[in-house]
Amino acid sequence: MLIKSLVAVFLAAILTENYVLSKFLGICPFLGVSKKLNTAVGMSAAVTFVMVLATAVTFPIYMYVLVPMGMEYLQTVLFILIIAGLVQLVEIILRKYIPSLYNSLGIYLPLITTNCAVLGVTMLVIQKVDSTSAFTYTYGHALINAFGAGIGFLVAMVMFAGVRGRLESADIPKSLKGLPITLVAAALVSLSFLGFAGFVDKLIPLG
Amino acid sequence: MNGILIAVGLVAGIGLLIGLILSIASIIMAVPKDEKAEKILEALPGANCGACGFSGCSGYANALAKGEAEPGLCAPGGLACTKEVSEILGVSAGNAEPKEAVVKCMGSLENTTYKAEYLGLKSCAAAAKIGGGLTACTFGCLGLGDCERACPYDAIHVNNGVAYVTGDKCRACTLCVKTCPRGIIEIVPKKDMALVRCSNHDKGAVTRKLCTAGCIGCKKCEKACEHGAVKVVDFCAYVTPELCTNCGACVEACPQNCITFFK
Repeated sequence: MLIKSLVAVFLAAILTENYVLSKFLGICPFLGVSKKLNTAVGMSAAVTFVMVLATAVTFPIYMYVLVPMGMEYLQTVLFILIIAGLVQLVEIILRKYIPSLYNSLGIYLPLITTNCAVLGVTMLVIQKVDSTSAFTYTYGHALINAFGAGIGFLVAMVMFAGVRGRLESADIPKSLKGLPITLVAAALVSLSFLGFAGFVDKLIPLG
Repeated sequence: MNGILIAVGLVAGIGLLIGLILSIASIIMAVPKDEKAEKILEALPGANCGACGFSGCSGYANALAKGEAEPGLCAPGGLACTKEVSEILGVSAGNAEPKEAVVKCMGSLENTTYKAEYLGLKSCAAAAKIGGGLTACTFGCLGLGDCERACPYDAIHVNNGVAYVTGDKCRACTLCVKTCPRGIIEIVPKKDMALVRCSNHDKGAVTRKLCTAGCIGCKKCEKACEHGAVKVVDFCAYVTPELCTNCGACVEACPQNCITFFK
C-alpha cells in the first residue's frame, strides 16, 4: 500500500497535477528559460534539487514547530525565508566543493530563490496532510511529491522547448510574433495535459 | 497580543538562525576571489556580446586573468578598453586599432537585378537556400535584413536592396558577419584607405552581365597600386589594409567604380 501510494503520488505530481501546466505555477521560468533545450534542462535540474531540499526542511518545521504552537498562518512568510536561506547555503556549498556544477547552474540557482513553483510545492503538500481522512501524506510522500513536481517541471520545459523550436521556423502573423504565439502554444500544451485527468485517481483515494 | 509576540519572535528567531548559519558558512567555505579578474570585469563594457569568443564578459575576464586570452579581443570596448585591460595585466596594449564592419557589395536595385520575385520568409538565411538565392549575382547581398535584425547597435540597414553599415554606430561585434549567409560582411580597420565593395568571384564577362558595380577582375587596380596593397584573387580585388596608403590610384583606375575610399 505504501509503495503503491508513493508511485501514485509521484505520477500525479508529474502528469495530473503538473505544477506548470495544471496549477500554473512557475510560468516565468517556463516562458523565460525554455528557448533552448540545454538551458531548460539545467534550470529544471536546479529546480528539482531545490524543491526536494526545501520540502525536506519546511515539512518538519511546519509539522513540529508551527502546528504545536498554533502558528499555521505564518507558513507563507517562514517558507519564503527558509527557501531563500537554503538556496543561498546551497550556492555557497556548491561554489566551494563542486565548482563545476556551480558554474553550469550559474544564474539559475539564485533565480529559483523566489520561484513560486518551489513555494507552491512546499505549501500545497501541507494541505494534503489530513489525519482525519483515510489517506494522508507522510514525510516520504511529501518528498516524493516534490521530486515528482521537479520532474514534471522538467517534462513541461523540455516539451515546450521543442514546441518553441518549431515556432522559430514557422511563418507566424506579425501581430502574433514573440510572446503572444508563445502564450497560445503554452495554452495548447497545457490543454493536452488535461488528457491525463483521472489517470491516477484509482490508485489512491486522493479525496 | 501574546500571539503576535510569539509570531514575531518565531520569524525573527528563524531569520536570525538562517543569517547566522549563512554567515558562518560563507566564512568557513569562502572561495578566494580573483581580484585581477574582478578589476578586468569592471573595465570591460559588460555588453556580453560574445564577440571575444568567450561566454560573456566574466568568461573573458577570467580567461584574461589566467593568461589564457589576449587583451584586445573585446570589440565593443574598443581601444580604450584594451588599454585599460592591458594596464591591469601589466602588458603592452600592442597596436590594437578600432575596427568596424563593412558590407562588400554595392548591388543596389540600380546596379543589379533579381532572377525572380521572392515571396518567401523575409530572411536572408531562408532566401539563400532557394535556387542559390534569387539575386542575379550569387555572391551579392540578398537585402532581406538578417544583419539588420542581428545588430544590437542599430548600425546596419538595408536600403535599396543592399545592406550598409553606419560607421559611427558600429562596434565591430561581428554578429552581422556571423549572420550573413553570403559571408560578404567583413571587419576592417577604421582608417583612411581604399576598399573593394564587391565580393563577386565570377569571371569578368559573367560579372559584367550581372551587376554594373561588380569587380570584373581586370587587374587595373593591381597595376595602378605602387604599394602592392591591391591583389586580384579569383577574379575579385582585395585591398590589404596594412599596406594601403589611401593614395587613390586604384579608385581612379577601377572601370567598374567598385573600389571606394573607406573614410
